[in-house]
Amino acid sequence: MEDMLFYDRMQFAFTITFHYLFPQLTMGLSLLIVFFKGKYLKTKIDKYNDAAKFWMKIFALNFAMGVVTGIPMEFQFGTNWAKFSELTGGIIGQTLAMEGMFSFFLESSFLGLFLFGEKLLGHKLHFVTGFLVFLGSWASGYLIIATHSWMQYPVGYEVLENGKFILNNFGALFSNPWLLPSYLHNQAASLVTSSFVVAAVGAFYLLNNKHSDFGKLFVKTGVVFGLISSLIVAFPTGDWAAKNVAEHQPVTFAAMEGIFETEEGGSEIVLIGQPNMLEKKLDNKIAVPNILSFLTYQDWNAEIKGLNEFDESVHPTNVPGLYYSYHIMVGLGTIFIGLMLLAAVQLYRKKLYKTKWILWALMFMLPFPYIANTTGWYTAELGRQPWLVYNLLRTADGASPTVSSGNTLFTLLGFIGLYLLLGLLFLMLAGKIINKGPQLEKH
Amino acid sequence: MELFWYIVLMTMLAVYVILDGYDFGAGIIHLFFAKEEKDKKAITNAIGPFWDANEVWLIAAGGVLFFAFPTLYASSFSGFYLPLIMILWLLIFRAIGLELRGQIHNKMWEAIWDKAFGIASLLLALFFGVALGNVVRGVNLGNVVNGVSTQEAHYFFLPLWNPTFSPQAEQLGIIDWFTLLLGIIGVVALTIHGANWIIFKTNSGLNEKLKKVVFNLNIVMVVLVVISLLVWHVIEPKPFHNFLDKPWLFIFPIITFTGLFGLFKVKTFKKHGMGFLFSSLFLFGGLTSTVASIFPKVLPSTNTVNPDLTLYNMAAHGYGLGVGVYWFIIAIILVITYFTIQYRVFKGKMDDVGYGEH
Ligand code: HDD
Ligand code: HEM
Ligand code: HEM
Repeated sequence: MEDMLFYDRMQFAFTITFHYLFPQLTMGLSLLIVFFKGKYLKTKIDKYNDAAKFWMKIFALNFAMGVVTGIPMEFQFGTNWAKFSELTGGIIGQTLAMEGMFSFFLESSFLGLFLFGEKLLGHKLHFVTGFLVFLGSWASGYLIIATHSWMQYPVGYEVLENGKFILNNFGALFSNPWLLPSYLHNQAASLVTSSFVVAAVGAFYLLNNKHSDFGKLFVKTGVVFGLISSLIVAFPTGDWAAKNVAEHQPVTFAAMEGIFETEEGGSEIVLIGQPNMLEKKLDNKIAVPNILSFLTYQDWNAEIKGLNEFDESVHPTNVPGLYYSYHIMVGLGTIFIGLMLLAAVQLYRKKLYKTKWILWALMFMLPFPYIANTTGWYTAELGRQPWLVYNLLRTADGASPTVSSGNTLFTLLGFIGLYLLLGLLFLMLAGKIINKGPQLEKH
Repeated sequence: MELFWYIVLMTMLAVYVILDGYDFGAGIIHLFFAKEEKDKKAITNAIGPFWDANEVWLIAAGGVLFFAFPTLYASSFSGFYLPLIMILWLLIFRAIGLELRGQIHNKMWEAIWDKAFGIASLLLALFFGVALGNVVRGVNLGNVVNGVSTQEAHYFFLPLWNPTFSPQAEQLGIIDWFTLLLGIIGVVALTIHGANWIIFKTNSGLNEKLKKVVFNLNIVMVVLVVISLLVWHVIEPKPFHNFLDKPWLFIFPIITFTGLFGLFKVKTFKKHGMGFLFSSLFLFGGLTSTVASIFPKVLPSTNTVNPDLTLYNMAAHGYGLGVGVYWFIIAIILVITYFTIQYRVFKGKMDDVGYGEH
């Protein structure tokens, strides 16, 4: 039995982690493409249209990966988490069904028009189709996060005697206090990824002395959007998300921050240290006193309950994993802001395109927003453990009763093999598109 | 309310089969009949801008199933675990076969993705037929062994096959001779359907040949339909009782046969869309007749210990189903608008769309 649950969890974690590598670029990049296309409509400078076209190629490839890895997600609730689906389907099924009806149709219908319809539609309508694709992808993010927020902070429900959750207030699903901060934070983070990707490709062109015109455009666009979104990710949205966790899941918060003991007169913020789960303390700690209390409650001396005050049965199942995920996310976020600030200053002084080391840094930064996004989700998900629906339904009680561990391991291995192939193909083809570069259209 | 969502769900599934069905059919035609590059191009142009939106009908139908009939979703998705995951894998291969082929111009690369697209389409058509077979045949709900349930009454798990391949065994498998028959019907029906779509949307050199293919396959189809009606008795002693009780249900078989016999005129149609219209009727009628024959059951039980799953004992709670109607109506109007726009823009022949060119 335990094995079975373990493989179910591994399969979900593996497939969702892989899936989310693609939508985070889809959502942010669609905005940037709309930006380029809009610039073109305004200025009629061909460069912008060609930039939009170039990124559409990457977008199309990325979108295809997002779609093929997304469908397994939708099915897995039923295949691997049957009990959970049976009990909560009346509620989370709402938002998931709405996602299919409202956003996937929108995105996929207009994507075809966006990619192949430029000649048929003319530039204005082409811009509109691009905008609709953007809208669809952001709506998709919204409805998924609404679903997820309900699992973190259930609202508008009632539990029947047979254990089934039924919906009694539809509006509550969307006024969930968890939803807005989570959504804004996530979308800003997705824009971070896309800006960094655009900047990295631009830096690659500048450092190689090819497609320099585009290189400059990409670096500039990437840095401007990158700076704004990195700032928003930290404040107000990241801060807001953290306050939410502190308020509604104090035990999760303690584990995330690595606070084992409640401190009189205010908690310190931990910068570095390794959770020692045997002795329930942090090894090799470097911390700054009272900051955490201030950040969380705007009060230097506010009390923050330490992990040791909670009963072990409600501790997050993987405290070190949670703690590291959170610290990696926040640490990277700080680095992003720092780098983008430097780049923006150089841009302002018109020296950026010559400042080699910043260009190198921008280029090598490419994977890190992906890491930050992934660890962010691990913070959310590991923080929710051992619950599937916070405080109400345990993960162990949500798995499919009849699917044995041998079958789950079989499909998990299949997914791993298939996704490794997909990942390789994606990298190879994206590399090829980037290396070839944007083409100036000559018609 | 349950009945409303049942009709919505079945309609969405039928739309899915009609729309993505032509993509699968086109894939099968591509696999067996398209030898020259320009014919392959014609086929992928005819489905390229559409397949993704068509696939969304499956995802959305899955979503509606999840929300309106959570117990059925949980029970059937976990019970049919292996074939469903394999369908997911095949859908992945179908999609990347289509999307990646044009990215690199190299004979070997193109050959690999052509095969991936074609074979995945073929197997998907087969699997969907088998799936329908499993639903009408029913499953061993509660995994009853020697008259005792080993699971909750609405859960089960089926391996891919059992050694006897018999639909009457106590421990059933996904694939037995009955479900395989429906799988083959699925392949033939979708091949016809895909051929009709290609005739409709392209001027490819294949079109004349495809008309013959449709005609010949249609003969095979009639034979298969007759066989399946005969063997239906094996799995259900009174297979037509629903129709005899409620004669208006005969509308569905009538639609089926209109489609089936209409197709014999394929060579003389003036309008290229006619063939596609008839094969759509056939698919719609076939699917609806099948589910109507077991109504209100949605998944019959093959044992006497546990009751059938019906649309009434599987549904979500009333309030949720009620509010769903509001957003669903808004959504479906939007969806119809999108599809109208999409098919307007890509109206007529699509040989010049340039799908997959980089
Ligand atoms: C570029 C990516 C990125 C960066 C730099 C940050 N985050 Fe983040 N964070 C995410 C990407 C992300 C995410 C992947 O998008 C998550 C997962 C769930 C969600 O809604 O957003 C997330 C979740 C998340 C959560 C968990 C919410 C929950 O349990 O549901 C908290 C408390 C924070 N973030 C706080 C921060 C703070 C204080 C940051 C300071 C710099 C920060 N994040 C930077
Ligand atoms: C891209 C973002 C996401 C990532 C990276 C992610 C990651 C994970 C991980 C790592 C687990 C395993 C946790 C464990 O077992 O210890 C998990 C579990 C799960 N997540 Fe998420 N998740 C994401 C988004 C979502 C969303 C949006 C939903 C709901 C709609 C969701 C629903 C679930 C469910 C049902 C489980 C399985 C039960 C469990 O182990 O808690 N996840 N996810
Ligand atoms: C368990 C959770 C999830 C499920 C069930 C799921 C389901 C899906 C499905 C079925 C698709 C394909 C849609 C199509 O055919 O057009 C898809 C794509 C997408 N998903 Fe997910 N997804 C999950 C997690 C997430 C998360 C956490 C986000 C973002 C916040 C997200 C955002 C998107 C977006 C923007 C797309 C469309 C763009 C693309 O495919 O790259 N998904 N998802």
